[in-house]
Amino acid sequence: MTVASSTRPRHLLDFHGWTPERLTALLDNADTMAQVLDRPVKKVPALQGLTVCTAFFENSTRTRVSFELAARRMSADVVSFAAGASSLSKGESLRDTMEVLTAYKVDAYVVRHPAAGAAHLAARYSGKPVINAGDGRRAHPTQALLDAYTVRQEFGSLEGKTVAIIGDVRHSRVARSNAELLPKLGAKVVLCGPATLLPADLAALPGATLTTDPHEAVRGAHAVMALRLQQERMSAGYLASLQEYADHYQVNEPLMREAESGAIVLHPGPMNRDLEISSDVADGPRSRIVAQVENGQAVRMSVLYHLLVGRE
Amino acid sequence: MTPKATILTADEVRRALTRIAHEIVERNKGAQNLALIGIHTRGIPLAERLAQKLSELEGVQVPTGRLDITLYRDDLSEVAHQPIIRETQVPFDLARRRVVLVDDVLYTGRTVRAALDALIDLGRPESIQLAVLVDRGHRELPIRADYVGKNLPTARSEVVKVKLAETDGVDVVELHDLETRR
Repeated sequence: MTVASSTRPRHLLDFHGWTPERLTALLDNADTMAQVLDRPVKKVPALQGLTVCTAFFENSTRTRVSFELAARRMSADVVSFAAGASSLSKGESLRDTMEVLTAYKVDAYVVRHPAAGAAHLAARYSGKPVINAGDGRRAHPTQALLDAYTVRQEFGSLEGKTVAIIGDVRHSRVARSNAELLPKLGAKVVLCGPATLLPADLAALPGATLTTDPHEAVRGAHAVMALRLQQERMSAGYLASLQEYADHYQVNEPLMREAESGAIVLHPGPMNRDLEISSDVADGPRSRIVAQVENGQAVRMSVLYHLLVGRE
Repeated sequence: MTPKATILTADEVRRALTRIAHEIVERNKGAQNLALIGIHTRGIPLAERLAQKLSELEGVQVPTGRLDITLYRDDLSEVAHQPIIRETQVPFDLARRRVVLVDDVLYTGRTVRAALDALIDLGRPESIQLAVLVDRGHRELPIRADYVGKNLPTARSEVVKVKLAETDGVDVVELHDLETRR
């Protein structure tokens, strides 16, 4: 049995062009990849002979390691590229960098960049599949996929589930990607934060509802995700004080008691403990934060499989 | 589509599997420490039927597993469409077991090669044997079956279609011309 190529997106930049069927197939295959990671030999030869380049123009350890391990688990060769040590610091453009890498016969790129839209630009000049590993505030699709996978793993399906995302929604590519992905898979998304940290334009997130009330957000939620609060938001005038934020918006046990009885807690990491999330919740029985990290590798293996296996 | 020939009827499929079960018992001096692993798709019901026959013959429950070889195919970069990955389930320790891999048709040998790689990544069996319902020839790799239901010389322009009750509602093996395959 095969998946027809006609509906097949070439890149994973965001979820534009990704049908619910293809996204579901991707999550289904992540189950198989997770089985591979549980075996004595945590490797399959599916991408043997191919080279994946992780091009990180912005610091990240966990996402880069997760992608590199995912590629290696599929037997791809991996070449790593960090902006600080590259010709970008000498003024070379992203376009020139991508064209040089293409000349080295790289087969796929994983790109992280501080500028929104950089992954699209990379896709234009790469000639090969590009996976967006985070571009500015815009998108972080594999994080959303692993969040969706973690919720699905817990409840069997995303259909009819509600995911509350609490924190700095305005600046969060994770929130944006989840708000794009989860409704495609049948889940409802509630975005919550102080008014200063909510997006001004709800039309940009048609599948989600917004609220400034965390109690309203978690009521009926099956999963509650705390977003990392970037502390520079305070100096930028978005917050009066971190303590005030924690008092009102921290995901903690009293707040979680208002969610569904079996609700789980997610966090894209790294965490500011006892600021956006209390330690007892982060380490408690509802927490699936470690599972998210584990699932990230399986989901990224599945993404690589979907983009690299089979001809157009 | 009408087949150009019926190779095995339901009764002949049943007899072939009974014979293979006897051969497995004879070769392995019983059914202790055996395991049967079916290759997706039709290898799985064939493995389960063989396990049932071994249970009837020897009074031993032989564990069965299912193996998907998609991630081990040597043509993944060439296939026109993306193959769907199915479930691999081997819910027992392979160490010190004699494993019989089971498939419906043995042709080029590439599926079996992939299955051997996949199986060895799951553990280290004492030995691996191969049982197939039909061996149609045209090997591209040095692989042969230990148990064969029916040796069937074919042309490359022909297709051997195995239908089983569990997957197709009927037990029959048919020969088709390639262009008439559905």
